[in-house]
Amino acid sequence: MSARRRGLRRLTGHVPQPLMIGAGILIFFIVLAVGAPVIAPYDPIYQDISARLAPPSLVHPFGTDNFGRDILSRVIWSTRIDLQIAFLGVIFPFIIGTAAGTIAGYFGGLTDTLFMRLIDIVLAFPFLVLMLAIIAILGPGLASFYIAMALVGWVSYARLVRAQILVLKQSDFAMAAKSLGFSHWRIMFRHLLPNALIGSIVFAMSDAVLVLLNGAAISYLGLGVQPPTAEWGIMVAEGQAFISIAWWIATFPGLAIVLLAFGFSLLADGLGEKLGVRP
Amino acid sequence: MSQAPPLIETDDVVLHFPVSGGGALGLTRRAVKALNGVSLSVRPGETIGLVGESGSGKSTLGRALLGLETVTGGHIVFDRAAVTGGKRQELSKIRRETAMVFQDPLNALNPRLTAGEAIAEVLRVHKKVPKDKITDRVAELLQMVGLDPALSARRPQALSGGQCQRVGIARALAVEPKLIVADECVAALDVSIQGQIINLFLDLKEKMNLTLIFIAHDLAIVRRLCDRVAVMYLGRIVEEGPTEAVFSAPRHPYTAALIESIPEIDPTVSLPDAPMQGEPPSPLNLPSGCSFHPRCPYAEPQCSRDPPPTLRRRDDHGWACILDPGQLPRPQTATRLQNA
Repeated sequence: MSARRRGLRRLTGHVPQPLMIGAGILIFFIVLAVGAPVIAPYDPIYQDISARLAPPSLVHPFGTDNFGRDILSRVIWSTRIDLQIAFLGVIFPFIIGTAAGTIAGYFGGLTDTLFMRLIDIVLAFPFLVLMLAIIAILGPGLASFYIAMALVGWVSYARLVRAQILVLKQSDFAMAAKSLGFSHWRIMFRHLLPNALIGSIVFAMSDAVLVLLNGAAISYLGLGVQPPTAEWGIMVAEGQAFISIAWWIATFPGLAIVLLAFGFSLLADGLGEKLGVRP
Repeated sequence: MSQAPPLIETDDVVLHFPVSGGGALGLTRRAVKALNGVSLSVRPGETIGLVGESGSGKSTLGRALLGLETVTGGHIVFDRAAVTGGKRQELSKIRRETAMVFQDPLNALNPRLTAGEAIAEVLRVHKKVPKDKITDRVAELLQMVGLDPALSARRPQALSGGQCQRVGIARALAVEPKLIVADECVAALDVSIQGQIINLFLDLKEKMNLTLIFIAHDLAIVRRLCDRVAVMYLGRIVEEGPTEAVFSAPRHPYTAALIESIPEIDPTVSLPDAPMQGEPPSPLNLPSGCSFHPRCPYAEPQCSRDPPPTLRRRDDHGWACILDPGQLPRPQTATRLQNA
C-alpha cells in the first residue's frame, strides 16, 4: 500500500463530528458559490422598484431591499465574494507568516531579533486601526483589503511557526539533515516546516472566521467591496437604515456570515482534534 | 596501519557553551566546559571507541568532529580540510564525506518522510547515482543493512526501533562516507537488537573499510567492536590506546574504575563495593589540577594543584596521569569479560 493511501486512511479513519459538520457547511457554501447563476432565482442587481421592501414571501423567500433586489439571490451571489475573501485573506498571511517564522526560528540571532521586533511593531497597533490605515492609503477596494490583510495578518502565523521551528531545529533529524550536508533551504522548508505546518493549518481555519468578519466590517465601512456588488457586509450595512421597517434586509446576510463563520470554527476544532493540535 | 596519515585529527580542541544567569545579578558569564583540550587522531579504516560517563563530552566531541558544533579553540583537520575555521568549501567536503548515526533512531528520521524517501534524498542531493538508478540504489542500501526493501514505503512511526536504526545507518551509508560517527547508536535499543546492530557494523567495517568513531558508554560493546579506545573524563581524553591494552592493563585510575564498574551477568560475582565515589563534578566548575582528583583513590597532594601531564605515551598507549604503568592493579572484570 502506498504511503499516500495510508495517509488518506489516517484522514478518513475516525472523523470527529465537528469536522464533518464544518466541512459540510463549507461544502454547502462552495456549492452555492459555484452554482450561483443556476441556484439564485433572480439577478442579484436587478432592481424591481415595484417590489421594494417586500417582506419574505413565496416569490421572494428572503424579501427584497429598498431597490427591490431579491435578498436570497444577493445572499447566494455574495458567497462567491465572501469565500474569496476568506481564502485570499488567509492564504497570503499564511504564506508570508510561515516563511518568516521558519527563517526567524531557524537562523536565530540577528535575523530572529529583526523579525521579532517587526512583529512587535505590527502588534503594537490595534488590528483594525492598522488595517484601516493601510486601506486608506492604498484606496478602497478588495485588492487593498488583501494587501492590508497580508501586511497585518502574517504576524500570528510567524510567531506560531517560529516557536515550533525553535523546538524542531534541536531535534536529531534536523542535526542529521545538517550533517548530511543539506542546504539551509532544504532543511528549513523540506524537513522542519512540514512538521510545523499542522498547527498553522488549524489556526488558519479559525483565522478564516476573523478574516471573514473583518472583510464584512471593512465593506460595511465602505472600504472593501463597492456597491452595487452583493456582499454580506455591504448588505448588512445597507439594511441597517431599514432595520425597523424591513428587518430581513440585514438579517439574512448576517445569518449567512454567522453560518459560514460557524463552519470554519467547527472545521478548526475538528481538524485540531483529528491531527492532535489545539488551535 | 600506523604509517597511514590520519583521516581526522584534532589538536587541543576546546569547546565551551556559554550559560546565562550566573551570579547574583545574572551578570557573571559562565560556561559549560564541554571540551578542554582534546587531541585525537584517527587513521583510515580504524574503529575508535569514545567512552566515558554522561557529560564527559564524548557526544560534543563527535559533533565537533563533523563540524556540527563551533569550537572555542583548537583545530580539527579532516583529510587535509580544516573543519574548524568555517570555510564553506571545506565544510561542504566534510559533509559530503562523513555521516552520523544517532542515539534515538526514531527522532533521527524525519517523521514526514518514508524510509525510502529519506535515503533517496541523500542520493539526490549528493548526486551519488543517476536519477533513474535511485530506486535501485535505495533497495541495495536497505539490503546492505539487512532490511527488506519493501519497508522503504514506511514512515519511521511504522518501523521498530531497530529497523529505524538500520534506516539511519543506510542513510549514512548513502553518502558513501569515509568517516561515520555513531553517537550512542545502540543505547536506545533492546539488548538483542544491540547485538544485531553491532554485528552489522562489524560486517560493514570489514566490507567497506569504514572509519568509525563509536561513541558509547557500554564498555563491553566497545571492546567487541573497536580497534582503539579513548576514555574521556570531563572534556579531556585521559587514556587512549589499543582496546585490548586499555582493557587489560589500564594506566589511568579513571579507566580502571570504569572497567571495574561493568556489571557482571553472573549474580554470584558481587560488584566491587563502590568502585567510584559520587558523580563527576559539574562541567561549569571544574576542579583544580587533575579534574579526576576528588574521586581518585590514588590522588596525591600535587594532583589537586598541578594539571595532569598531557597524554604520556608508551607503546602506542597514552594516559594522562602521574602514575606509571603497572602501578594500578589489573582489573578483574577485564579477564572475566575476555572469558565470557
